[in-house]
Amino acid sequence: MAEAAKKGNLLEVTDLKKHFPIRKGILSRVQGYVYAVDGVSFTIGHGETLGLVGESGCGKSTVGKTILKLLDPTAGEVKLNGTKISDLNQAEMRPHRREMQVIFQDPYSSLNPRMSAGDIVGEPMFNYGLATGKEKEERTRQLFARVGLRAEHMLKYPHEFSGGQRQRLGIARALAVNPSLIIGDEPVSALDVSVQAQVINLMMDLQKEFNLSYLFVAHDLAVVEHISHRVAVMYLGKIVEMTDKRSLFTSPQHPYTEALLSAVPIPSPKMKRKRIILTGDVPSPIRPPPGCRFHTRCPYVMDHCKVQEPPMKEVAPGHFVACHLRQPGQAMYEIAAHATMAPKAPATTASH
Amino acid sequence: MTRPSPGAGGVEKVLEIEDLKTHFFTRDGVVRAVDGVSYHVLKGETLGVVGESGCGKSVTALSVLRLIAKPGRIVQGKIKMSGRNLLELSDEEMRSIRGNDVSMIFQEPMTSLNPVLTLGRQISETIMLHQGLSKKDAWDKSVEMLKLVRIPEAERRVHEYPFQMSGGMRQRVMIAMALSCNPKVLLADEPTTALDVTIQAQILHLMLELKEKTGTAIVLITHDLGVVAETCQRVVVMYAGKKVEEATADELFERPLHPYTVGLMKSVPRLDRAATENPGRLMEIPGMVPSLKNMPPGCAFQPRCPFATERCKVEIPAFEMKASGHYAACFNSDKVAEAYHG
Repeated sequence: MAEAAKKGNLLEVTDLKKHFPIRKGILSRVQGYVYAVDGVSFTIGHGETLGLVGESGCGKSTVGKTILKLLDPTAGEVKLNGTKISDLNQAEMRPHRREMQVIFQDPYSSLNPRMSAGDIVGEPMFNYGLATGKEKEERTRQLFARVGLRAEHMLKYPHEFSGGQRQRLGIARALAVNPSLIIGDEPVSALDVSVQAQVINLMMDLQKEFNLSYLFVAHDLAVVEHISHRVAVMYLGKIVEMTDKRSLFTSPQHPYTEALLSAVPIPSPKMKRKRIILTGDVPSPIRPPPGCRFHTRCPYVMDHCKVQEPPMKEVAPGHFVACHLRQPGQAMYEIAAHATMAPKAPATTASH
Repeated sequence: MTRPSPGAGGVEKVLEIEDLKTHFFTRDGVVRAVDGVSYHVLKGETLGVVGESGCGKSVTALSVLRLIAKPGRIVQGKIKMSGRNLLELSDEEMRSIRGNDVSMIFQEPMTSLNPVLTLGRQISETIMLHQGLSKKDAWDKSVEMLKLVRIPEAERRVHEYPFQMSGGMRQRVMIAMALSCNPKVLLADEPTTALDVTIQAQILHLMLELKEKTGTAIVLITHDLGVVAETCQRVVVMYAGKKVEEATADELFERPLHPYTVGLMKSVPRLDRAATENPGRLMEIPGMVPSLKNMPPGCAFQPRCPFATERCKVEIPAFEMKASGHYAACFNSDKVAEAYHG
């Protein structure tokens, strides 16, 4: 997997923005915007998985949908295999759509209940003229076998499947057109843990087999850690930290990443950890706080964080952080020193 | 969020469930959602009840409150609180138990709050009904409860409606409401599953802190072993309507004896294991949970169990003590323990 990003990037996203207008009144005048995605840049190499994590409302799903052009970007650029797809029209976009497929969170609402499982997987092949008739059926059969479904399942309807099986069906449908990029929007969050492991293993096996790239959007850090090569952490429409997963999980540089990691419960009662309990809720993306967006909840907040937005800096090779506390070349252990000094005894977490 | 030492607060059993069976009589057969479950909670204790969807963990809790709707029925068992069997009480008596002795919080705080009543109305309604306070006193108590769960500007917020709150705040309101009558036991059914991790940490922290303050015992129903490890003293693991393992949290995570518990522990990716460049495969529990209408013969877990023998296919393993305070329903628990550490 180290050879993942060996030559060129499959996907390049530059300063992507998606603002949703809020319309009110009889004339539906635009009263403001929801700044769902507000300047996001990243790349994904061939055969690489980028995990995109963040809490609800941070814009991570919108990033996925905007890349897929299910939503039109407000600004910014999306390049797939070197082709700029962000300003293509519907017809021009069509051949590129085959390259990018999506797996949704809810396997119940993302499958047409009136189509048989075989048709659901076969339809994309027909749509793109990849296979018809006997050939289509044969390929569908192979895909079913590959994702762990039986051939007789082809005649069944979505309601006859369990959640895990439906997600397998969603994966088979995405694979039907030989995509190079699969965007998974919380693909395992709705599944029970024992089934979740099955689907994660399947996705990782398929990646090796077909050299797939994944954009894996999820809120579960442990799952993201397991499946990704690199991870980007989002907060209120912006990426606050991005690096390879080892650095992210062993030496997080952004205070939000640090808090997020410390909030994940670890199934080991003997393990004692320093826990950072953030106060308050995520602010509304309609009126994001000025300066650094995390300053309202940040345990290390300084005066200029409230007015000046921190730029994205490369603090170590491939490790990007948007925080005033971090400077390029600064030693990595610095944050640990900060963390022990910072006031976050239960007394201070009590304010909300 | 430090876990208090086991047994803190004495050994009085505040709630005891004995051989509970709650079945649903549907048109296409009897669903044995809860099939002979027993557990108890000690005063001031946090008991974790773990299992996947459909294992009967929520139905057990609803049975305690006698909130089972048709076609479901509690067909057998005892639910004992302060020497009384709740299943023998009249509806009238049961109403005074709910809220005062046992209360419950649910996973989805939006659907469990009334959207057309202000927070003050809903909380004071509970207090007036269960404690017989006047409207004014109940209102004041509501404000006090909101302060207790750290809703900022409680005096103003008490006039607001649920839709004006975030998910985390709504769950705080639910906790305020549940604790407003000082219950002996709080049944918390996946209280943080719908919340983001940073908010989950806040809510768990709050629940444990209030528990220390009020002495309320908590039954924490969850699928998340991480949450259990960080909050509970004792754990019950359920599978397909039955209890399969019970132990102190330390013991359970150290030495699980049931293959299902091992499966649950090994199938979740863990942040505390060093992030490696080349992650191995997660352990899978093959197959899926059996339909409760159509259970396999013998042990319910046998079709998915890597340790299953011929005996497991015909005989149901008894739930028995394997070590001091550690119970499991498995014929091969020795091999399981060995394999877990091997």
